[in-house]
Amino acid sequence: MAYDYTPFPYVAPPGLTEPETRHPVVIVGAGPIGLAMAIDLAQQGVRSVVLDDNNVVSVGSRAICWAKRTLEVFDRLGVGDRMLAKGVTWKVGRLFHGDKPVYSFDLLPEEGHKYPAFINLQQYYVEQYLVERAQELPDLIDLRFLNKVTGHTDKGDHVVIDVETPDGTYQLEADYYVAAEGAASPTRKRMNLPFEGQTFEEHFLIVDVEMQQSPFETDSPERWFWFAPPFHHGQSALLHKQPDNIYRIDLQLGPDTDPKAEATEEKVIPRIKAIVGDTPFRLDWMSVYKFRCAKLDNFVHNRVLFVGDSAHVVSPFGARGGNGGIQDVDNLGWKLAAVLSGDAPAALLDSYSEERCHGSAENILNSSRATNFMTPKTPIEALFRNAVLDLAETHPFARKLINSGRLSQPCSLHGKTLQSGDHPLVGQSLIDAPVGNGWLVEQAQGAFTLLSIGDDAAPDVEGIRPLHIAAPSPELSRRYGAGHYLIRPDGHICACFGSADRDQITAALARAKGQSR
Amino acid sequence: MILQDNLGPNGDSIYNALMQAHAGLSEAESHALNARLVLMLINEVADPDRIAALLQEARSPASSV
Ligand SMILES: Cc1cc2nc3c(=O)[nH]c(=O)nc-3n(C[C@H](O)[C@H](O)[C@H](O)COP(=O)(O)OP(=O)(O)OC[C@H]3O[C@@H](n4cnc5c(N)ncnc54)[C@H](O)[C@@H]3O)c2cc1C
Repeated sequence: MAYDYTPFPYVAPPGLTEPETRHPVVIVGAGPIGLAMAIDLAQQGVRSVVLDDNNVVSVGSRAICWAKRTLEVFDRLGVGDRMLAKGVTWKVGRLFHGDKPVYSFDLLPEEGHKYPAFINLQQYYVEQYLVERAQELPDLIDLRFLNKVTGHTDKGDHVVIDVETPDGTYQLEADYYVAAEGAASPTRKRMNLPFEGQTFEEHFLIVDVEMQQSPFETDSPERWFWFAPPFHHGQSALLHKQPDNIYRIDLQLGPDTDPKAEATEEKVIPRIKAIVGDTPFRLDWMSVYKFRCAKLDNFVHNRVLFVGDSAHVVSPFGARGGNGGIQDVDNLGWKLAAVLSGDAPAALLDSYSEERCHGSAENILNSSRATNFMTPKTPIEALFRNAVLDLAETHPFARKLINSGRLSQPCSLHGKTLQSGDHPLVGQSLIDAPVGNGWLVEQAQGAFTLLSIGDDAAPDVEGIRPLHIAAPSPELSRRYGAGHYLIRPDGHICACFGSADRDQITAALARAKGQSR
Repeated sequence: MILQDNLGPNGDSIYNALMQAHAGLSEAESHALNARLVLMLINEVADPDRIAALLQEARSPASSV
């Protein structure tokens, strides 16, 4: 069944009739990133106004692959279980070169994690669930649809924002302005910020079809990927299952094809038939797009903070767009809350830019490499690419070199300003494990947490939630070993200690909050 | 002969470096680069038995699309 795009109601904002008092945070854009940002702040008691020029969720499935770490963040935001229940978890991936199978792999999930490596779930569901979660927090989140931001002025200690509604215009003031307006970011353009990177010439045709009968040979959902697919003259194709029996087909078009001519039913239907055979299907959504990899040099400009696609865009291979944006939220949420409550200096926000610029550069690097592998630019590149695919039929080493997108993983923050020491786990993102009847991700996120594994408990330190596990599960022992781990609210480990020394812990906490260097 | 993965997490960056080495070369120049590279790698491996095995494996037919 086609998704029901029920519009969200527009309510005339109070600012139309009288000036509103200054808001701590105004978030521009109610895409997945702006919505997640509002929920994260609300859970820490920070009020925000979310403005969106539109009044429906994402039209079309857009981001469909949500990575494990994103689901763990969604867990913290109160929507993880719902996303997991609705999403499709696939296990078997098959790779083809032309019509020849190269190899298949079983993505057997490692035991002992609450969430799988990733799920497939249409962006419209993700946004719907986030909106519904935000609506559970009405005192803290003021969601305003059909409120378009047309201008802003940074006054040094606050930002003035111009908003247009169906009933006229008004102004708002905010301590902080979070730009979550997507790839076209009007804020970025108004500020004339360079947004540099690489544009790729290839166009993608994305088609969602609904079919009752699975195109896969087994009942369980699979991921099929073709290099040089036999059914169209492009470079690659991907077939993926989403909930509601909707299948995503991504066709990479050659640089010479006319994208408009390709996105027509006459052209698309024969290709789909070539993939799925005579199974009846319904075309649900179709879109052509071209991508680039680019980022801002700095995500923090005094009172204006950039998150999600407005800060960085990547090619789609490896699903790093939506997932990367959720990492921004995870990183910024606790920092902004700490700065607003006076618990940390404003300079803590610089570490958001430091850490997420690093993370998004890593995402761009990975997705550019995948793009280059998938679209050889010269005969020699094609020669090597085809040699890899040939060797992969028999040789495991070559399978590792096939790059159809490396799945989004959180970056390490090792060596960045807020982290202390050089234990190998420092900077890593939390690795889940069973704890008691639940999971580490349910207990160690959302506040500074000192995870102590083994006999010694840690001394009480103000501002740190202790989590002492005397009898760890085998997975917890294997993943961490005995010791004490200071975990930031976003799940990154910022210090490790062999023995629990109060002064050392206090110093590491101060450093992680930007209170000392 | 090592046919299991031996590059670990560096596979993508090494593959990328190989492509970079060819950037801007004509096809003839690329073939010459490949030849030099193979000879250098052979010298690096040195062991005649391993080289013989690698040559044989590389020659075994792999159908190209
Ligand atoms: C075809 C396609 C496939 C993709 N597949 C994946 C995938 O599999 N996995 C993945 O992780 N990512 C994927 N992405 C990327 C993903 O969709 C984006 O990274 C994600 O939507 C970014 O979220 P965002 O909230 O930053 O921006 P957006 O989702 O673009 O939201 C921005 C919001 O801001 C609003 N807005 C804009 N201007 C204004 C204004 N002036 N005033 C008020 N509101 C405004 C817009 O209406 C919109 O609601 C895909 C993208 C596309 C296009």
